[in-house]
Parts: sequence; structure tokens; C-alpha cells
Amino acid sequence: MPLKISPRTVSEQLRKKIVEISGEDIGKCYQCGTCSGSCPMTDHINVFPRKLMALAQLGHVESLAEANTPWVCASCHACMVRCPRGIDIPKVMEAFRLLQLRQNVNQIEPSNLQPEEIVNLPQIAMVSGFRKLTS
Amino acid sequence: MKIAYYPGCTLKTKARNLETSALEALKVLGIECEELPRWNCCGAVYSLADDDLIHIVAPVRDLVRAKETGADTVLTLCSMCYNTLARANDLMKNDEEKRNTINAFMDEEPDYFGDVKVVHILDYIRDEYGFDKLAEKVTKPLNGIKVAPYYGCTLLRPREVAVDKSDQPELFQKLMTTLGAEVVDFPSKTTCCGTYQVLGNPEAALDISHGILSDATKHGANAMALVCPLCDYNLGKRQDEMVTKFEGATELPIYYVTQLLAVALGVDPSACDFELNRESSVKLLKEHNLISA
Repeated sequence: MPLKISPRTVSEQLRKKIVEISGEDIGKCYQCGTCSGSCPMTDHINVFPRKLMALAQLGHVESLAEANTPWVCASCHACMVRCPRGIDIPKVMEAFRLLQLRQNVNQIEPSNLQPEEIVNLPQIAMVSGFRKLTS
Repeated sequence: MKIAYYPGCTLKTKARNLETSALEALKVLGIECEELPRWNCCGAVYSLADDDLIHIVAPVRDLVRAKETGADTVLTLCSMCYNTLARANDLMKNDEEKRNTINAFMDEEPDYFGDVKVVHILDYIRDEYGFDKLAEKVTKPLNGIKVAPYYGCTLLRPREVAVDKSDQPELFQKLMTTLGAEVVDFPSKTTCCGTYQVLGNPEAALDISHGILSDATKHGANAMALVCPLCDYNLGKRQDEMVTKFEGATELPIYYVTQLLAVALGVDPSACDFELNRESSVKLLKEHNLISA
């Protein structure tokens, strides 16, 4: 599918916001794809990290909104230690998550957890999951 | 050197087997450490947003508590706690602006400058005790255990806090060889288990955890050693789901590295809370006469 790039589809404000929250210079990405090759979640994401970085550089609103990547990312940092440009990609993923979470829109609802899950899950699973996926 | 021990939340309940085995092993090695009289949850994950300092406060408060005891080193067992405390410590040491903001915000606490060292039990044993000395203390070599050492993410990434080389680590392999086990090297040893996605995308976490276990089994492992309670959940506790979902999936006994360490050092197994492991884990050790039937 061709990507429409026009003042109506890209947002400079969105791009700036991602840079501000992540603290990363996303313009440094030269699209080598090492991140996508390192990501353990590629079977479950609809936009690979390389492409997500390109969309972030553009501030392409609609495509970024449709990407599930930040919500499947496990912050494992495999992409980050291998990025030849030294970009902390997990920080960029965090920025995407926070753009939604700071609107008070949760990705998961803690109240939907079943009692047996709460009994069985280690505390660090719940603390980290709620930190990453709820506002 | 005075060592303060930071347990973290999970080690007091669901991962008691990680704590008890580690503390017993440390006793045998003569390494003294004292649990912090007061501690709080570290937050489990380090805050990655540049504009979010409030989530750094919890781990820094733990580090302040450690410094108050006169300790110069904080020892951790859970790899997520290690990562969070070590990264918070690095920030307080190296980022003056953020350090000032956090210190000003925590005005009820003494200022903190990142001057306590955060270590994980395994890099502490390697660097301060030494594997040669450890080998002398092994009384029950782990003969017959073909162990796949699984690092996970948080001990190795990012590089600033890694206990070993991020891409080609050797620490677990060397430790397991010292304990007399046969080490099975496998490519997925540093692949993520899915961690907190067990909440957001449980099927995705199950898929990649199954991939890691199959990889270890394919390479000839009859056991896996790890050091994170969340890895233990994804790779160990969820094995029943894997056996149901994936054709040909089999159980693989999972241990905390510290449990294997304690057994090899001759610690009484009843002090290692093996009842929290899968039955297959206990069975394998019994088969090899490492714990009594």
C-alpha cells in the first residue's frame, strides 16, 4: 500500500512530541533494519521497528495509530544494543505508549484480571505490566 | 566491604525459592550480607521516558536506605530489580540535572549521588569471590544435568548495566561448568521471554517462550537455569499451556541458578523451597541423586 505523505497525513507536532518524550534523535535512523532483525516479537506486530522509525520520522499520524508495535514490545532492548546508530529504540516505543496512556486510555484493564491470575502471577509481572500498559 | 541485601517483592512470596537458595549458598561461601531493614518495590521496570522522573524515586529511595546502613554495595537476586536499581543508580551518578531534580523532590531524604554499587549475586560471585575458589566449595557436582543457561534481558541489556557481554555472555556457562553440570549452549539464551506481555499479549509471550524452550531442548538440554521470577513464570509455570497448545511440546525442568548453586554446595534441599518448582525439576534432581527421594 503506498503511503500518502502530505500536510494532511503527517504531523510535525507528533514527531516533536515523540522526540521530546523519548529524548532520542529519531532522525539518526538510516533504516538498516537491524532492529527488526533483532525483535523477538515480529510474529505478533503489524509494523516492524524499522518501519515504525520511518513513520516516526515523518510523524505519519494514521499509520502510527494503527501500529500495535509499542503495545507488543516487551522492552527487551535487543534492538537497542545492536542499533548501529546508537538509538535507544525502547525509549521511542515508550514515547508512543505514553502518548496514549497520558490521555488516560489504558491498554489493559487491571480489573479484568481473573482471581486465579492474580494468585499465580509474580508481583513483578503485574507491577511491570501495569507500569507499561496502564495510565 | 559491607553488603546490603535488597530482596524485592516477588522473592518474599512466589519466588521464595530464589531467595532462600541464594541466602543459603551465600552462607556456605561465607559472604555476609544483611537485608535492608526498610525497603520498597523498585518499580520492576526502569522508566524509559526522558520526562518521567517520578518513577525513578522508588529505586533511589531503596539506594538511600542502603547507604543509611553504611553499606557500600547493594546485592540483588532478581534480575529485574537489579536492572532497575542499577539504572537508577547510574542516572544519579551521571546526570547532574536529573539528580538535582530528584534530590530536591525527595527533600525528606539525604541527597544521593549514586555512590553505592549495585551488584547481582552472580557477577558478585564471579568478580569478588571467584570461580576457582567456588570450585573448591562444590561438594555435590551436578553430574548428569545438561543445563541450558538462560540469561533473559535485564542482566545483559542495556550495556551500561550488563553483568557480561550483551551478545555473547559467558557468566552462566562458566558458573554451571564450575558446579559440575554439562552446559548446553543454545542461540536463544539471551532472547526475551515476553516478560510483562504475559498481561498484554499472553499468546505472544507463550509463543516466544515456547521457542526458547524448544531451542534448548533441541540442543540437548535436560534442564534450564535462570534467575528472574518473571522468566520463571513464562518459561516454567506456563509449560502446561505450551504442552496443550503446541504439538510435540515437552516439559523442561526449570531451576533458579541459585538453587543449583545451593545443591552443588551441599545445602540441605529442604532449605531451597523446591516445592515452588515444577515436579519435573524435583524429579530430575532425585534421578541424579542430587537431592534425596
